[in-house]
Amino acid sequence: MTGTRTEPLLDLVDVTVTYRTSEGPLPAVRGIDLTVGPGEVVGLAGESGCGKSTLASTVLRLQPSGAAVTGEVNVLGQDVQTIAWGKLRALRWAGASIVFQGALHSLNPVQRIGAQIAEPIRVHEPDLAKDAVARRVEELLEQVGLATSRKRSYPHQLSGGQRQRVMIAMALACRPQLVVADEPTTALDVMVQAQILDLLRDLVRELGVGLLIISHDLSVLADLCDRVAVMYAGRVVESGRAEQVFTDPLHPYTRALSGAFPRIGDPAARYAPAGLAGDPPDPRELPPGCSFEPRCPLAVPECAEAEPPLVEVRPGRPVACIRVGER
Amino acid sequence: MSATSEAPRVTPRQVTRQRRIMGAKRTWASFRRHRSGLFGLGLLTFFLLVAIFAPLLADPESIEVTKATGGVLESPGDYLLGTDENGRSIVALLVWGSRISLFVGILATLISMVIGTLVGLASGFFEGWPARILYRFTEWFLVIPFVPLAIVLATVLGRSLVNIVIVIGITGWASTAMLIRSQTLSIRERPYVERARLLGAGRWHQMSRHVLPNVMPMVFANTTLTVALAILAETTLSFLGLGDPTRVSWGTMLDSAFGVGAMTTGAWWYIVPPGVCVVLVVLAFTLVGQALEEVFNPRLRER
Amino acid sequence: MTQAEPQPQPATGSAPAQAAAQSAAATGRRKSYGRYVLGKVAGAASSLAFVLVLGFFLFRVLPGDPARTLGRGKFKTEEQLEAFRADYGLDQPLVQQFFTYLKNTAQGDLGVSYRYQGVPVSELIVDRLWPTLLLVGVATLLSAAIGVYLGVISAWNRGKAVDRVSTGTTLTFYSMPEWWLGLLLIAAFGVGIGPLPGLFPTGGLHSTEYSGDSPVTLGYLGDTALHLVLPVLTLVLVYLADFSLIMRSSLLDEIGEDYLTTARAKGLRDVVVRRRHATRNALLPTTTLIALSMGFIVSGAITVETVFSIPGLGLLATEALTIPDYWVLQGTFLVTSAGVIVANLIANLIYGLLDPRVRS
Repeated sequence: MTGTRTEPLLDLVDVTVTYRTSEGPLPAVRGIDLTVGPGEVVGLAGESGCGKSTLASTVLRLQPSGAAVTGEVNVLGQDVQTIAWGKLRALRWAGASIVFQGALHSLNPVQRIGAQIAEPIRVHEPDLAKDAVARRVEELLEQVGLATSRKRSYPHQLSGGQRQRVMIAMALACRPQLVVADEPTTALDVMVQAQILDLLRDLVRELGVGLLIISHDLSVLADLCDRVAVMYAGRVVESGRAEQVFTDPLHPYTRALSGAFPRIGDPAARYAPAGLAGDPPDPRELPPGCSFEPRCPLAVPECAEAEPPLVEVRPGRPVACIRVGER
Repeated sequence: MSATSEAPRVTPRQVTRQRRIMGAKRTWASFRRHRSGLFGLGLLTFFLLVAIFAPLLADPESIEVTKATGGVLESPGDYLLGTDENGRSIVALLVWGSRISLFVGILATLISMVIGTLVGLASGFFEGWPARILYRFTEWFLVIPFVPLAIVLATVLGRSLVNIVIVIGITGWASTAMLIRSQTLSIRERPYVERARLLGAGRWHQMSRHVLPNVMPMVFANTTLTVALAILAETTLSFLGLGDPTRVSWGTMLDSAFGVGAMTTGAWWYIVPPGVCVVLVVLAFTLVGQALEEVFNPRLRER
Repeated sequence: MTQAEPQPQPATGSAPAQAAAQSAAATGRRKSYGRYVLGKVAGAASSLAFVLVLGFFLFRVLPGDPARTLGRGKFKTEEQLEAFRADYGLDQPLVQQFFTYLKNTAQGDLGVSYRYQGVPVSELIVDRLWPTLLLVGVATLLSAAIGVYLGVISAWNRGKAVDRVSTGTTLTFYSMPEWWLGLLLIAAFGVGIGPLPGLFPTGGLHSTEYSGDSPVTLGYLGDTALHLVLPVLTLVLVYLADFSLIMRSSLLDEIGEDYLTTARAKGLRDVVVRRRHATRNALLPTTTLIALSMGFIVSGAITVETVFSIPGLGLLATEALTIPDYWVLQGTFLVTSAGVIVANLIANLIYGLLDPRVRS
């Protein structure tokens, strides 16, 4: 079932997600293609509301019931949106797992974390003896740098960083090949962020899992990822190798995102961080042409005519902007 | 947010008024979407109108024992719902009884809302031992069962309309105080209150201008639900013989019905209608209160 | 409320170090439940103290001149009032009265009944205790069990016909005075409507061949049970409505929580997610709220006893109203309030075992 070594762990083909609301359809994701290979770390960047978490939820078919998904969401070769429930449940956690955002609410508040980590193991490997399960839980806790005595703690007794480690340990419980981390460092302070990122990097190297990290924080992604895709208003507007996207952003939005972070050693950036005026568009009222056009410093009248397609202006650097090719 | 028109010199008070009016319109629009709330509101209006226009609907003399014209416990025939043991028309009794039941319910609720809001605000807003004592006090009142306390109070104070109102008001404020307290606690921590504090606003200003207006919507919803409980309480106390003996309410009607053994003699027209009226009014207030809760607390809206 | 940053633990350590850490954590947990218990017991004790003081206040302070108020219509001459005052120490200073009252109450002396000449109130209360306990106990258990079950079904089928019908019916029952429902049930099932005969007794706790002192035979139990069917049914119908609404609301709150998505993501079947996570967690606040409703159930039991002439504490209290038999009223007030406080305490202690969050 795993296929050849080069078959991607995650293969999104033209995925759209549309919410059915009382005020009409709300397109949260509008045609995304994305792949993650074994041992690869791929980043998905964008502001809140651009649809990244919605996209993450489709990977294990966890999108809300009011959401319609089209396209293919292939995980380990199977389209999770169309396979039978039994196969889906087998795939969930054992094939691919998710490190959720907001660990305090994503953990059962009245269950000890050891039991919560053990739960998926017992589901997917029911024949495993009780002490073998307990040992696996302890190993996982050690792997993420927590004392094994923590297995008897409740979520509210742990700090934010410790809870995030628990989420990671839990995500690795059934030895998945693909892990999706949704904003793994948001709401953590900077020191703890660095620790969590180091942990993720080490785990990827040791275990060879494929990792999809979703974050609005470009600096987080630049450090960790091999490739990065930038999302805006439900579409990918730029992608490529992480260092290149970060140091040489091509799409005006990526440049704004990248410029918004002051760089150490750049005195000008400290005093004038390049912000971006305006807000992301309301998905219910998207502009007719390029969705970034209202805020874009490079906008010309042609931009408002049609949504620009993703074009490889350089090898390995697809960008969705008609102004970029001209440079 | 931003001003929509460049009208010259719009005062802050005008802006506040406009916002309040728009807020009220939005609330009504949101409320309108709850069918159950509208149904409750309709029922409520019906009974309020009956109570207000009682003299027009039923001759005041028809409920006086000495001037009764019907036979004893007549089944429905000449009179739409029969008569009681004094020969009075049940319909007339229901109409006039609505006045007492609604009046006591609403007035008692006012009392418990005022006490409850003051105590809740104070125990939520202030720090230190006065607030803690108030909280303790609220807990104590919350735990004491209603009927035993109400029986004792009503007996000691004597049977009159005013006393019944007082009794229900005094026994009912604790749950409101608890609700207001928890609302106050959460609002107190909100950024705009903190900002007001930093700008030098005194505690009174903070409470009256910031905390109270934001607590009021939930107070309003809670009031409606409390009226339902107060009406039930009045009916119960009247049934137990603690009501004003000179007045007719739905509860006293049922007390009389029980007293003359209406269940065993099959005088259903004496037992069923007063109770049905109580159920309908309580249901009406409950539905409206629940709808208001959903309107003011968006989290509940997914229900 | 979370603790401050927990102390650093050895990330990986020798076995003894880890064992030490584990037992330290366990002691910490026991201590936190101990602290919780202490807090709750102290709270209950203060509530009981308040009830005692309130009882004194209501009967000695509030009436102004207790002899005149309590003797309304009974004492005609000044000598009678004086005698009454001397009997109950009402001529002594209030503080002294208070301590006498405390001493007497602690010893179980709650005064003497007026209606039952000379019979101590405590004796009357003890006599009438078990029917009330039986009524309240059975009604609470049944209404909690059925109510929770209905609430769960309603919540999981939110918006569908089952939910709407169930919620509508329960709301209607919730809006009824319990005793009125009792009257209806007596009329319908006790007396019978039209050609249909009454199936159940219309009142009392025993038929004429039994009494409170009869030997406990099967016939006796059956007869008592028969007499309790309608009263219990009355209470259950009204309170299961309340509890089902509470459970439905708790569960709907829980359903929106993120950790359920995590549970599904782990590959758990939907049924398991519901039962093991959502419903079980929603039961926690429901239990608290049901415990808080004990006061209402006791109140309801008082009126239902009156309607059905069940010789319990409730009937004792409402009969005492008419005279008024003040010391009986005081006694029943103290006992019922104390009972509710104790029941709440027990429920809180059990809850502390179930929900780890309240112990921190």
